[in-house]
Amino acid sequence: MSKISVENLNLYYQDFHALRGVNVEIAPTMITSMIGPSGCGKSTLLRTFNRMNDLVDGVRVDGKILIDGDNILPAQYDLVSLRKKVGMVFQRPNPFPMSIASNIKFGLEVHGVVRKDALDATVEDALRAVSLWDELKDRLSCSALGLSLEQQQRLCIARLIAVKPEILLMDEPCSALDPIATERVEELMIELKANYTIVIVTHNMQQAARISDYTGFMWLGELVEFGRTDGMFTNPKEKLTQDYITGRAG
Amino acid sequence: MRKKITEFIIEKIIILCGVISIVFVALIFFFLLKEGLSLFTTYPAGKFILGSHWYPVSEPPKFGIISLIAGSLWVTLGAIIISVPIGIASAIYISEIAPRKVRDILKSGIEMLAAIPSVVIGFVGITTLVPLVKNVFGLPTGLTALSGSVMLAFMAVPTIVSIAEDAFYSIPKRYKEAALALGATHWQTIWRVLIRAAFPGIVAASMLGIGRVIGETMAVMMITGNMARIPHSFFDPVRTLTATIAAEMGETVRGSDHYFALFAIGIVLFIITFLINLIADIYINKELK
Repeated sequence: MSKISVENLNLYYQDFHALRGVNVEIAPTMITSMIGPSGCGKSTLLRTFNRMNDLVDGVRVDGKILIDGDNILPAQYDLVSLRKKVGMVFQRPNPFPMSIASNIKFGLEVHGVVRKDALDATVEDALRAVSLWDELKDRLSCSALGLSLEQQQRLCIARLIAVKPEILLMDEPCSALDPIATERVEELMIELKANYTIVIVTHNMQQAARISDYTGFMWLGELVEFGRTDGMFTNPKEKLTQDYITGRAG
Repeated sequence: MRKKITEFIIEKIIILCGVISIVFVALIFFFLLKEGLSLFTTYPAGKFILGSHWYPVSEPPKFGIISLIAGSLWVTLGAIIISVPIGIASAIYISEIAPRKVRDILKSGIEMLAAIPSVVIGFVGITTLVPLVKNVFGLPTGLTALSGSVMLAFMAVPTIVSIAEDAFYSIPKRYKEAALALGATHWQTIWRVLIRAAFPGIVAASMLGIGRVIGETMAVMMITGNMARIPHSFFDPVRTLTATIAAEMGETVRGSDHYFALFAIGIVLFIITFLINLIADIYINKELK
């Protein structure tokens, strides 16, 4: 069964029709990537999965997004539990201007965990999950803003893992990183997919080809093609997809 | 060639303007220092700072300013207690909660509050607040430190709101997104992330608000009762450093000890506001980093 299933989703920013009749099924414990040129709606689609688009004035959405069978789009849907279940990593690493440990504890604290031993244990587990524990265990009380960009991005992933989400949304998570850091974050994503459903938006087609199991290609708000990554890159069904991945369009 | 000469002249004029403003500040400072310090040739500095009696026209005169410092402190303290929480709460409301239309109205409203002359604030205070304080607390007079604090809080709030609002506004949007994406509620985001991120700006805002309060003269002179006595509660009349200078400067003989003593009070005020601005500056720069 699909983890996320999108049915005939339309999204408007005031008069601008940003997502046009999108239908997609996202498989559990797989990496699904969304590619396409800037402004094609791939980030917008990602941001509907945790309702971050609600922050933008004048957004209108219709259609359905089912996560584990529940439609998350109704206005009264509980956003706190949605966002606990569906975490998001942003384009620029965005640790809070606090210590490394406080960054990780933040999510738990807002969800009501107060026991110190539970919080401390989570800090260690989460940092181990992103292979930062050995590097950072002696400076947990230092500011997170002093870390390298790669460490910051890993910390942001650890911060999500701490609240035990089921889905990780990643919005061009490597675009601020150098190639070596990118490779290491990609390895991390592949490790993480055993336990999490990952949806990643990327500009980088090689990245999509390297790490994802499924790929969707978007163009002007439509999902042009969706399928297994290997098939998509070797034998695309649509002419537009072919033109885009060979560099003739976009 | 002609163009070059014009450029040269304009440049020099601009430099001159910049230099003149610095020269004026330096001159005022040295004048204040020269006149103020003259007091201590005839009157001991220790008795000036720590003396509790301000009897400038008795024989021999007494120039103890501790009661005036206490007056300024009480009034300022009260104004801070009232204005800082209100100012910060309104800054949060304006920058994070209010819909755009309400925000625009509030911002211009607060700017207008800042534009009201202090004598008008004092005038409004003396006709409305002073009798109110007198009746509500059953005091012999409503001209008290409390009345002064309330009116000064009115004057400090616009400063605090506009600087704290800037601080909230300049917090990168990504902090807010990160918190909301982790499932924090709007209030948790404000309380746990935004206030922390804006903290240096909040301190700077409060400090500048305090600076405004401590230097204020007209309104406090009108509504605090002007009694040069160490106050024991907010319901006592007080006299501030600024009000003393304003009230007595016109009656002194130029070159007399009384005249010099008022300048010495000016130095004390100068030092206090300088320190407050310095602290505010340190925090404003911290925010930029």
